[in-house]
Amino acid sequence: MKRKWRDMEQALGFTVLRLSAVIIIVILAFILYDVFSKGAGVINWEFLSDKPRKGMTEGGIWPAIVGTFWVSLVTVIVSVPIGMFTAIYLNEYAKQGRLIRIIRLAIRNLSGVPSIVYGLFGFALFTLMLNLGLSVISSGLTLGLLTLPWTITASEEALKTVPRSYREGALALGATKWQTIRTNVLPYAVPGMLTGTILGLARAAGETAPILFTGVAFFWPVLPKFPQMLSQQFMALPYHLFIMSTQHHEIVKVRPLAYGTALVLIFLIVLMNSVAVVIRYRFRKKYKRV
Amino acid sequence: MDELILYTEHFNFYYGNFHALKNISMGMEAHKVTALIGPSGCGKSTFLRSLNRMNDIIPGTRVEGKVIFDGNDIYEKNVDVVDLRRKIGMVFQKSNPFPKSIFDNVAYGLYINGERNKSIIADRVEESLTGAALWDEVKDRLDKSALDLSGGQQQRLCIARALAIKPEIILMDEPASALDPIATQKIEELIFELKNEYTIVIVTHNMQQAARVSDFTAFFYLGELIEFGDTERIFTNPKLKKTEDYVTGRFG
Ligand SMILES: Nc1ncnc2c1ncn2[C@@H]1O[C@H](COP(=O)(O)OP(=O)(O)OP(=O)(O)O)[C@@H](O)[C@H]1O
Ligand SMILES: [Mg+2]
Repeated sequence: MKRKWRDMEQALGFTVLRLSAVIIIVILAFILYDVFSKGAGVINWEFLSDKPRKGMTEGGIWPAIVGTFWVSLVTVIVSVPIGMFTAIYLNEYAKQGRLIRIIRLAIRNLSGVPSIVYGLFGFALFTLMLNLGLSVISSGLTLGLLTLPWTITASEEALKTVPRSYREGALALGATKWQTIRTNVLPYAVPGMLTGTILGLARAAGETAPILFTGVAFFWPVLPKFPQMLSQQFMALPYHLFIMSTQHHEIVKVRPLAYGTALVLIFLIVLMNSVAVVIRYRFRKKYKRV
Repeated sequence: MDELILYTEHFNFYYGNFHALKNISMGMEAHKVTALIGPSGCGKSTFLRSLNRMNDIIPGTRVEGKVIFDGNDIYEKNVDVVDLRRKIGMVFQKSNPFPKSIFDNVAYGLYINGERNKSIIADRVEESLTGAALWDEVKDRLDKSALDLSGGQQQRLCIARALAIKPEIILMDEPASALDPIATQKIEELIFELKNEYTIVIVTHNMQQAARVSDFTAFFYLGELIEFGDTERIFTNPKLKKTEDYVTGRFG
């Protein structure tokens, strides 16, 4: 009798877990299906390579793709080195104590701050105070800040997975601390760091609020040219999508274009996540015996 | 008595508030093997790691007293710890090859010490692997991952890695604890060979091993050095009852 109840309890538990997983997958599949079925029709070479024309009722999204690319690049350049060095400092050098605990807590909390707050902050700091204006740079820096908590946390986790015995082994051979980190810790942590960074970046690439305050333009058909574009406004995929689906004067007419934009954005983010997964998989395989 | 290359004076060690080593005074003779024995948790590893300041990297630890190496206290402020660890090498309880090739594992110490001459490095790698009785087994696959070696081979690789930078003293923490009798015997023979060139301090749980390989034996119990002397005397004619009980296997 007791046995039976235990079995039932277990079956019930598994069913709940399985159901939750199924619900997630169904929702995801539904979103993908919706976007795909309504957006795939407009995807062609012209859509990808042309600028929007005729009040954005025709043409393509190329400037938005390029804009998202450049902003993401600035984001990476800001976020990766600062994030990695911070993580190295926190995990390898800092004396663990109350100060470090407070810093960690602050970082944790930063990752929960709504993105629109980052937008306002970026606007105040980069656009106004540092006089960087509405530009790719301002937006990239703002998104850099937004992703920083992710980069730091992911990098720290990656450093923690490197066994202590690698560090001890190197130190015992007369390596300095920095030599140890450089030659016997970082090489094994970098793939994990990259994975976390890419995931953070994928999130940043889809953000609207932070770039809204700091540089994204409703319509900026001049194709950005390096380097002067860094100080100019730009178009970006998430904002373009927002405009097309809520602010456009012929909203029904441009709906397919909006779905097409969404599809491209989703594709880019899935692509980035896949890269992260591949890196992680390779890394696991290489060191699974350790 | 020969010259003491390394000795401690009233050495105390604390993990935070925990007093792990109590007033240890003992010395290691050059080109001899000193064995550290005692029940689990008595402080053997802590003592060994204090001798090349590997405990420095554990936060919240503290020492009192002196450890004299080559006439100087290694815990003095101005001591270069990096340099100290080059002279006092260490083989860990758990073999810890780096996830690099066999060659790069052995070359690692040379590399970080600034050696860039390829032929010097290659010579030293061969010499060290030979010294660790591993050369014949790996000479055809030096570029293969060290993680694919067997446990005993990995342990000998770690010994070779320590030998490559030509330390004066080698500290070994239960180097044979995870090995089969044949691999263990190889390590013991190796220790016998190494004695000619190096001073060795070895931690072991195996009484026969201590009796076979060491010249001196130190018996630790609950952080204290209970008895220290010639291995033969410790095993045949210990002064203290506690030591006798331990070496004859009546407790521990
Ligand atoms: N990092 C640490 N922090 C706090 N206490 C520690 C730490 N490492 C060891 N100790 C304590 O110090 C004492 C001595 O430990 P040690 O590792 O030196 O023992 P041991 O003689 O090497 O034991 P074993 O034979 O099991 O390896 C033990 O009581 C242990 O719990
Ligand atoms: Mg131990």
